[in-house]
Parts: sequence; structure tokens; C-alpha cells
Amino acid sequence: MAAIQETRDRVASLGEKYKYGFVTDIEMERAPRGLNEDVVRLISAKKGEPEWMLEWRLGAYRRWREMREPAWARVHYPKIDYESAYYYAAPKLAAQPKSLEEVDPKLLETYEKLGIPLHEQKLLAGVAVDAVFDSVSVATTFKAKLAEAGVIFCPISEAIRDHGDLVRKYLGSVVPVTDNFFATLNSAVFSDGSFVYVPKGVRCPMELSTYFRINASETGQFERTLIIADEGSYVSYLEGCTAPKRDENQLHAAVVELVALEGAAIKYSTVQNWYPGDEEGRGGIYNFVTKRGDCRGHRSKISWTQVETGSAITWKYPSCILRGDDTVGEFYSIAIANHFQQADTGTKMIHLGRNTRSRIISKGISAGKAQNTYRGLVSVHPRAANARNHTQCDSLLIGKECGAHTVPYIESRNPSARIEHEATTSKIADDQLFYCTSRGIGQEEAVALIVNGFCREVLQQLPMEFAVEAQKLVGISLEGSVG
Amino acid sequence: MSMLEIQNLHVSVQGREILKGINLSIAAGEIHAVMGPNGSGKSTLSYTLAGRAGYEVTAGRMMYRGEDLSALAPEERAAKGLFLALQYPVEIPGVTTMNFLKAALNAQRRARGEKEFDAINVLRLVRETAGQLKVPEEMLRRALNVGFSGGEKKRLEILQMALFKPLLAVLDETDSGLDIDALKLVADGVNALRAPDRSMLVITHYQRLLNHIVPDRVHVLADGRFVAEGGKELAHELEAKGYAGLVRDAA
Repeated sequence: MAAIQETRDRVASLGEKYKYGFVTDIEMERAPRGLNEDVVRLISAKKGEPEWMLEWRLGAYRRWREMREPAWARVHYPKIDYESAYYYAAPKLAAQPKSLEEVDPKLLETYEKLGIPLHEQKLLAGVAVDAVFDSVSVATTFKAKLAEAGVIFCPISEAIRDHGDLVRKYLGSVVPVTDNFFATLNSAVFSDGSFVYVPKGVRCPMELSTYFRINASETGQFERTLIIADEGSYVSYLEGCTAPKRDENQLHAAVVELVALEGAAIKYSTVQNWYPGDEEGRGGIYNFVTKRGDCRGHRSKISWTQVETGSAITWKYPSCILRGDDTVGEFYSIAIANHFQQADTGTKMIHLGRNTRSRIISKGISAGKAQNTYRGLVSVHPRAANARNHTQCDSLLIGKECGAHTVPYIESRNPSARIEHEATTSKIADDQLFYCTSRGIGQEEAVALIVNGFCREVLQQLPMEFAVEAQKLVGISLEGSVG
Repeated sequence: MSMLEIQNLHVSVQGREILKGINLSIAAGEIHAVMGPNGSGKSTLSYTLAGRAGYEVTAGRMMYRGEDLSALAPEERAAKGLFLALQYPVEIPGVTTMNFLKAALNAQRRARGEKEFDAINVLRLVRETAGQLKVPEEMLRRALNVGFSGGEKKRLEILQMALFKPLLAVLDETDSGLDIDALKLVADGVNALRAPDRSMLVITHYQRLLNHIVPDRVHVLADGRFVAEGGKELAHELEAKGYAGLVRDAA
């Protein structure tokens, strides 16, 4: 039948659908393959780091040697050979660029292609961007305007040199060096990432955004992000990620730490679109990421919003430690897995303070042969009187060969806690699709429409500038999922 | 000019033959009614015309304005001016009615090579049409059909018909579940759309809808075949005798 053939053709052409799959041909400088103390020292020396930072890294490296890769997640992949990967790759530069004019035009071109122009005058109004290419930050825009407000937004390598006291005080204070296998590895070899400090009482005047790009082959990317919102301040931060299409699997093990002091609020949004692998499950990024926020001061708030559409494997649990009294943690998530993608994602809400509140809304969409797991922990400690949590986990299945799994852990050690958990699993019904097509809407657009409706509560949490982009991405990632 | 020519149509659903050789000819501007008891194949006829998957044409053909419908996907049929008002309109959570209408309108325009409407034009057009059909604005902001009453759902179907301006509208039991006031509202909406270049196929179980939407021809469907055909007075005869009487007469 014609329709079936058309579907086959469409599925076959899907490999071409990942439009960020190009490679930038640029001369790279790399550390030798494999990981040992010399590589750690080399990375630290390349970055011109102070002694304390090197010691911190070496401590992490020694600890990592004794650790085992976790195996509890519902993801399956061949054993990673940590000795054959590169841990440092940087575009070769004559000298560190001082301004955008000195940045290699090829790099600027790359970001243009990704739709992220770094020339300030061309930028989306009101969004400052830090661009990280393989292991180094290549450009940060709007620095001067931010400095006026007292906001520091720079590559973390620069912050280690120029704002050492702040970094030293907060780095590893939310995700300890020994936290888990991937976070510890990151602590040893992280090469760059973003650093944000918002001073007391300041409302950051623009959205901050970092775009991460993996370009080099056989290279892991280990970025580190640290955001500190001082008392009574507010910041909204967004990260986006893309990578070239390659047959190999590449490791991405990032760490993000957020610290909200008294009365501060941090909104952290992610649109993750790493290369997901092809329709046969070849290639794609292994995304093993540790993200955690600490509501350290009373009345502080941390809100995570994530749209996860890429990566072959996603292992990621952005969490909130609700340490201060009257603090609020939120987690809004859309995780889409198509073809052979595997996603194991969720959150941890750790209620330590009194009157702490958390809200979890997770929307998981599975298509093709993908497996999608929500894994979440809500933990109420004895001191956390009147803690409240509301969790809603909705799964949507497209087709007959995919799977959705929900693994909620709930621990309450305080009798005054109120915890609610709701979960649903549904399918895109034939009658919904028929209704749309009978009104002239094609199958693919109908799926995108229905899925966007399913995700609406989460999409609404994204900053305006990115909500439209995210909606389109939802549609693109599910192309070819209905046949 | 002929709008629809159905010749010897046989349709099977999951291997079971439901329509067993149907002939139907509708000229432009005509309204035809198909009546019949439950299980006679009325909804199968409407789904087959709209192109729903699983409704397999095993013999015969449906020519729509000279074109074989079987070769077209449901969305292509819609773009070419075929509209089906469903007996049970479907809920789509999270998608606002306005958004859905915009997506549908523009998808049809795109398929016809026309310029898409921008958000403001859609808003204006939908509001204006909704006002004429007494569809409250608040309904347009709610998720499509979610929590709508039976009457609201049917009114929204008629609103879509008014927006899409189809050449052939198939109304599948649009009267079912409506009280008399809602029925009148829907019928007024349909009558307002009567035009010399627009044909309608009104499928109904009861005669009462045909008091409000007066058909040119009435066809009685029983067990997958037309067993009686006539003018609008046939509907009244049917009301008096009941299906059983008529089917017996025919046999």
C-alpha cells in the first residue's frame, strides 16, 4: 500500500532530520587519549589554574579510580572504555581571544548555523549567551551590560582565575566531589562551563544562556556550571546543547550546581538536543549529568524546567535540597525518546526545612523502540514540619514497541507532611489522529499538536524566547513515529 | 454538476462486510439524508467517505467531483472540501480550540497552495463566525472538546464546517444527544450554510432533525444496503411505520 511505503521512506530519511549533525573543520588541540594524573595536570595547566584547583581535581581523580559506574538505572549500553577517550579538546588558538573580533570566524559560523549568533547586536533582545565549544568557552556576550548590574557571567575557567574566592567557597558545595561516579569524573577533568553570580538584591536584567556544542570526535565533554544567587536576587538561565552526527557514542558528563541564598530565586531551563543516534540506534550522546540546586537560605526557590529530546541515553535527575525554611523546589520535565533512545530521568526533592514545598510535573513521551523512565525521590526529613509535595507523572506512548516506566520513591519521616502522587499512562488514540487528519491536519503535524498539548503545562514554564523553539523541537523529534 | 457518485460500494471493517453495494448520487447544492436503524452501516459510510483507516473498500468506488476518493488521504480530502461532522467529537487535552482551528485552517490552505492566515486574521475570522453561531468565546480558549457538553461539541463541529466552507459536508448523527434548543441552534447553523455549490449528506436515526434541515432526497439504509429512496415525505412515512415496517415492505 502506498501509505506504508511512504512511511518507510520517511523513516529511512529520518537520519537526515537531525539538522545540527554537521562537523566544524577546525584544528584541535587535544590531551593524549585516556585518563591519568598527567592528563588532569595538563588540563589544569592549560587553564592556568591556581594550586588549590589542581589539588581539588587530583583528589577527585584518585577517588574516581576507586569508584564503580552505577548500574541501577533502566538503561543499557556497552561498557564505556574510559581509557580510549580524549578528555580535553580545544580549538587551536594563537592566543585567548580578548573580544568577539578575535574569535575564529569558523567558530562564529558554527554558532550562526546553530541559530545562535554571537554578535551582540544580532542577538535576541535581552539574552546574554556563553558559548562552549568542546572543552572551552569561546565567547560570552553582553558582559559589560551585566557588569553594570554587578552580575558576573563568564566561563568558569575565567571565574577560577578572577573570582577564586567565590568559586572556592561554592564549588562542590552542592554536588560533593565524591557524589557519584560521573560527577567525580567531571570534578577531575571538567574543562569549562558557565559561572554566574548575582549579587544581593539584584534582579538579573536579562536571560542568561549557555550553548554547549560537542564537535571533536572520540571526545568526552565535561562542563561544569555554578550559579550563585545571593540574598534576595533572581536569575533565569537557559542551556541548549547540540552535537554532530557520529557513529560512535560520545560521553557527556556535566555537573550543574545552583545555590540560592535567603529569599533568592533561580529558574534553570534546559533544551537538550544532543545527537540521539540514528534510527538503528547507532551513535548518539551518552548524557550522564548531575544537576542539583540548594535552597540554602530561607524563602528561596529553585525551579528546574527541562525539555529532553536528544541523546542516545539520558541519565539525569535535577534535584532540589530544600534546606531553608519556607523554600520551594519545582521540577518541570518533558522527556521524549524515539527510535532506540533510552531516558531515565526525574528529580529528587529533599525536604529538610519547615514549610518546604515541592512540585513535580513530568511528561514522558515514548515512540519507536524507546524506553522512558521517570525516577524520582521525595524525601521528608524529621525536622521538615508541614512539608508538601505534589507529583504528577504522565506518560504518553506512541506505537506498540516502546515502553514507559514510573519509579517514584517516597520517604516521609514527619507525620505532618502531605505528599500527593498522580500518574497516568495514555496513548495517542487512533480517533484523535483521525479527528485531526479529517480536519486537514497531516499525521506528523497532528502528532506534534497532540504531544504539545500533552506537554503544555511544562512548555508554559519556559522563557518566552525559547518556548516556540521547544514546541518545534517536540514536533521534529517525533517525526516518523507514526506509521 | 455531480458532487458525489458512489457506485456499488462495498466496505469491510476487520474482515466483516458492513456496506454491501451502495449507489448514491448527489448533485451540487443538494441535501440528501441517510436514515437507518442502529448497525445498518450509517457511520461506516461517513468514515469511509472521510478516509478513516480500517474501513476497507473491497469493491466499487466513490467519485468526488470527478476524483476517486480512495486515492486520497483524509487530510487531502479535507483540503479538497470534504468535511465530516463526527457523531462523537474527540477530546484533545492541552490543545486550545482556537489553536486547533488555526492549525486546521492553515493546513488546508497550505495544501491548496493558498497563503496561510496569520494569528490575528484567524482570531478575527473565528470570533466572527463563532458569534454568528452563538459559540461563546470562552469555549475557544478551552482545550478542544475537553469538558464540553454534548451540545457544545456539536456546535463546535458546525463552527468548523462554517470556517472550512466545505463543498461536501457529511453530518453523522449531529442530532444525537441534543435537546430541542440545541438541535435548533445546530440546524440553523447548517441551514445558514446551504448554498448552490455546497452539498450535504445528513445521516440520522430520527426524523426530527429533518424537520429543521429539509432534505431533497431521503435514503433508507438497512443491513448495508439502501432499501428505500424518496423525497422528504419518506422520512415522515418512516416515522409512522418504523424501520421494521419499511424494511419488511422492501423485502
